[in-house]
Parts: sequence; C-alpha cells; structure tokens
Amino acid sequence: MKTKTILAATLAMFGLAAMDANAQIRIGASLAETGPAGALGDPEAKTLRLMVEQINQDGGILGEQIQLVLYDDGGDPNNARTFATRLVEHDGVVAIIGGTTTGTSMAILAVAEEEEIPFISVAGGIEIIDPVRPFTFKTPHTDHMACQKIFEDMQERGISRVGMISGTDGFGASMRNQCLGVAGDFGIEIVADERYAPGDADMVPQLTNIRNTAGLEAVLNPGFGSGPAIVTRNYRQLGIELPFYQSHGVAGQSYIDLSGAENAEGVRVPGTALLVADRLADDDPQRDVVIAYRDAYVGRFNEPVSTFGGYAHDAMAILVDAIIRNGDPNPDPRDLRDAIEATSGLVGTTGTYTFSDSDHLGLDLSAFRLLEIRDGIWVEVEQP
Amino acid sequence: MRLKPKHISLLVLFVLIVMAPLFFPSGFYYRVGALIFINAIAVTGLVILIGYAGQISLGHAGFVGIGAYSCALAPVHLGISPVFAIALGAALSAGLAWIVGRPILKLHGYYLGVATLGLGILISMVLANEAQWTGGPDGIAVPDLGLRGLLRDWGFRVSAGELWYWLAGAVLIAGAWLALNLFDSPTGRALRALHGSDVAARTMGIDVPRHKLHAFVISAVYASVSGSLLALMNRLVTPDVAGFMHSVHLVTMTVLGGVGSVLGAIFGATILTALPQVLTVFHQYEHMVLGLVMILVMIFMPDGLLPSLLKRFRGRAGK
Repeated sequence: MKTKTILAATLAMFGLAAMDANAQIRIGASLAETGPAGALGDPEAKTLRLMVEQINQDGGILGEQIQLVLYDDGGDPNNARTFATRLVEHDGVVAIIGGTTTGTSMAILAVAEEEEIPFISVAGGIEIIDPVRPFTFKTPHTDHMACQKIFEDMQERGISRVGMISGTDGFGASMRNQCLGVAGDFGIEIVADERYAPGDADMVPQLTNIRNTAGLEAVLNPGFGSGPAIVTRNYRQLGIELPFYQSHGVAGQSYIDLSGAENAEGVRVPGTALLVADRLADDDPQRDVVIAYRDAYVGRFNEPVSTFGGYAHDAMAILVDAIIRNGDPNPDPRDLRDAIEATSGLVGTTGTYTFSDSDHLGLDLSAFRLLEIRDGIWVEVEQP
Repeated sequence: MRLKPKHISLLVLFVLIVMAPLFFPSGFYYRVGALIFINAIAVTGLVILIGYAGQISLGHAGFVGIGAYSCALAPVHLGISPVFAIALGAALSAGLAWIVGRPILKLHGYYLGVATLGLGILISMVLANEAQWTGGPDGIAVPDLGLRGLLRDWGFRVSAGELWYWLAGAVLIAGAWLALNLFDSPTGRALRALHGSDVAARTMGIDVPRHKLHAFVISAVYASVSGSLLALMNRLVTPDVAGFMHSVHLVTMTVLGGVGSVLGAIFGATILTALPQVLTVFHQYEHMVLGLVMILVMIFMPDGLLPSLLKRFRGRAGK
C-alpha cells in the first residue's frame, strides 16, 4: 500500500514537472542579489520578478505564461557559471538574463556560447560584447562610453587637465582603464591618478594629493557604492571648487542622500532618462516607457528606481519582444538569437536599442544624458 | 587477505565517483560533481595540515589563487602548456609556503590563524590590484587545456562537464591515495605526534619545525592544484578564488566532515558544495540552514560528521 502511494506520488510529480516544462516559457536569470554587488543586483532581480508578474497578469506572451528561474550568484563568477550550467542543462531555459558584474557575465557567457543559448548581460564591461560573440548581448552602456560622454562635456567646457580618483573594485578599476585609454582622444591629460579600496571610510589623503596637483581643472571619480559619496563629502570638506564628475555608477537617489544634497550640488554624471523621468520633454521618445517602469517599480517596492534595475528592464523587454517576433512559444535557441539580433528601434529605459551582427550593445553615445544635481534632484544639462 | 582501512577508503571513493553518474538526471550534475572534487582536493591538503599536524591555516585560498592564476598567466606570458602551468603553480605555492612557513609556523593557536589569514588576504589583494597582470577584480580568461579537442580528434565526444568530472575525480583519487599513504608513513606518525604535543614529539627526537613546514608545503601544493583545475575548468578566474571567504569555506569543509579523516573531509566538501544547490529554493534561509548544520555537527559530533557516524555505527554493531 505504502509503496503504491509513493509510486503514485512520484509519478504525479513527474507528470507535473513535465507539464510545467511544456506549458510555460522558461527564462533563466543569475544575478548578484547579495554580496558586494548586491546594491546593483537587488533592483535587477526585483525588476525581473515585477515584469514577469505583470506579463503573466496580462495573459502572458503568445498565450503562454512566463516562468522566471532566478538564482542568486552573490557576484561570484564560479557560482554564476554553476547556475548558468544549471539553467541550461537542468532547468531548460530558452534564454538567460544576468551577470550583474562583468566577472559573472564573462562566466555566464562562456556557458551560453558553448551551449548556444541566448544571453543578455546587464553588466557594464566592454569585453562582454567586444569582440562580438554570437549568443551574447548586453543592455547597459559600456564604461568606455561613459568616459567618452564625460570627456566630451569637459572638452566643451575647455577642461584639459583632470585628476582621477577611482575605486579598486571591478567597476572602478575597469572604468579607470577605459578613461585612461580614451582621454587622449579628447585632448585630456590625466594629471593625477589616485585609488581607494571599496571599504575605505575616508579619502581625504588621496583628494589632498589631487588638490595639490599643479594646473588641475576638474576631478573625475569612477566608482559605485558608498565610495563616491564619501569622496563627494571629502571633496567639499577640502573646499575644492573645481568641476566634479561622477560615473554612471552613482546614478540613483541613494548617492544624493548618502553624500548630502548640499555636497552633491553641481556634480555631473552621465546618466539615463530614468533619473529625470518627470522632467523629460513631452515628445521625448523614452518618456512613456520610463514613467511606466518607474511608477510600477515604486508602486510595488516603495523604493526609488535605479539605473541598474533599468538595465534588467531593458534586457527583459528585448527578450520578450524577440520571443513574440519569433512567434514560437517553445523557441529554438538559435532562432531566438536571430530574433534578438534583429531587434530594431526598441525603446528601453536606458536608450533605444538597435542590434546588428556587428553590434550586440545597440546603443550609441546619444543614449547617455549628461545630468547635473541641482537642489538635490537630477536635472538634464542642456546640450548646445 | 584483509584489506587495510586505507584501501577500503580508496575503494569506497572510487566506487562512489564511478557510480554517481548513473544517477545523474542531467548534465548539470557533472558540473556540481567536478566542483565537489576540486574543493575536496584542497580539503584533503588541509586534512594533512589541520588533521594530521594540528596546525590551522585561514589563508589557504591564497595558494588556490596562485595555482589558478598560474594557469591563466603562464601559458600567455611564458608560452608553456597549461599542464606545465599546473606544475609551475604548485612549485610557486610550495616555494612561498616554504619561505613564509618557517617564521609563521613558530606561532601557535590564534596567532598562527591570524598570520595565515594575513598571508591569504595579501595574496588576494595583489591579485585584485595588479590589474596590468591579473586583469583586476573582473578577472582574466584562462587558456584551454586542449584535452577536449584532443579527445574529439580521437573520436570521443565528451561534454565539458563530463570531462572535468572524470579528470577532477582522477586527481582527487590520486590526492587521497597520497594523503592516506602519508598517514601511516614515518612522517605521518611524526605529524600526528606533534599534533598531540609539541614537547612530547621533540623529546621523541622529532624535528618539529621541519615536520610542520612539510605539512604546510604539502597542503599548499594540494590547494594550488585545486585552484589550477578550477581555473582550467571555468576558463575564467577572478580574485574571489583567493578571497578570505574561500579560505573559511575550505576550513569549514575540513572540520565539518571530520578533520582527521580524508574520506570525512571529502564528505564535508560534498555537503558544503552541494547543499547551496539544493537550497536554492529556500534561498533566503540558505545561510541559516548552513549555520545550523554546522552548529549541530560541532555540538553533537565534535569529531566531524563521518568519524562520529562511523563510531556510532560500530558501537551499535559491537553490542
């Protein structure tokens, strides 16, 4: 009797599992919800859950519900690779979104390319899509572009001698390299190059070195997390009056709150439309998308949106659009890849995406908006 | 002929590794298996250091990092094959362990723990900050071992997961065999003697500093090989492998499974590597469950899981 019950239960479970796999479109994700990059991965994971909820409430896509299989890799590439393998080989997903950090994205893309499953990364590093790999796409701007955007503005203001202070975490180190690489193209010379560790509580010594550099005209701080906020406070404490630039890594309300509105006044950042949602022009193509996402996110989680959640939003939007255009609720990964590559003019929160076989980022420099903090809020700087 | 316990342990390990794939529902399990074996290799080294010789190290991930980055850098900069890079990494780790081990193994207890902790953190900081060599915190790509291509040329098609499962499994068996042999050798007996008491061992004529150093160097080589295999399997390495948390993980695996027994430590590595995969469904509670398992094991089975279970089992059988 007992054996029979167990047998029946097991069969039922297998039956359920089989039904599960057939009736739904499975999308995989591996994000750093916790760990050092948790501040980035948390809004990304929330955004994906929110979007899947919304899509399923509205009847799913192609008449099927979406099932999100989401793992927390803690920002460790070794875990990310294990979860990517699990998503592909065990969970049988049609595509993967994820890789909060460049390191985890590189780990996931190795699996995606080998198993030929489309992968949309939400990390910044340029090495993810350069060289272009067939199955790997990404939604955020590269740090290379952030440097270009900042230097472009500096050039317009007639600045040529810049002091740089960067974090030694992945984000800061990678952007520092990119900025050192492109500075020459804009006639800019990096005259001071200081660094701080992610956990440091005081950057006065480094900033003092920068301040004492002869002929300094502006300061740039590539970094994310609490570091840039401390740098900003120290910057004002030392009474430095020069133009101050932060990276897209701080593009969120928490940076202003942490550093204090009076300290952050006048700081310039290459950011996305998401931060200036309410102040976008009525005819701005991104206006509707950005406001809809912002309202849904704030309404559901009662916390401000961040650029990073926006990256995940765009990744999901691109994927859903591609699945619908492909038209098969049980898509072949190679067809889905082709559909993603054919994405054209898709408006996201970060910019308008148009992929091609030589461009798996699909954004240009115009998607970056130069923002400035005025009276504690983000304002778009009018470009001449 | 009666089998020695050493041979029984090896036989059990061999049978488990060979039989396990029969129960794998998907290719993903090969990956988890390979990860378990790679962790178990480093943990076997720690059994020699912690279990045999009674010395603690909270910095062994540093040697894992050296082994891993050797496989990433040596083939590119020195033009040697990845197989030799494993040997080079092991030699570098052994050299560093030998130089650093001499002064710090004079320390005892907490002081030794803190000194090795510092060593591990220093190595991981170098790997994270010397970005022009190591690629910085985002890591660096590792060249292909080339074994899969070779097998394909010979007409065998294996997936990466399967290949690394068998490769890491073979290395683990070899590592366990060496460690088990060491246990009954004069060196092993000397190590166990100084585990009991430094003074007693010295009065027996054992060269205590030299034997401690041997154990430290041997365990560093195990850790280095484990790092090399991890790097070659993942084809990507980041400074996380050398991080403090990885050191703590390795020591926890060693202690959880049973610090004096090779098979027990491998059992510990299996549990702590596989459990997070099982617990993804209850992700919020993962750390709580892991912590609870460890507290319970430490309270009720202070010798570690496997030795305590065996003792209980034998005790019952003897009645």
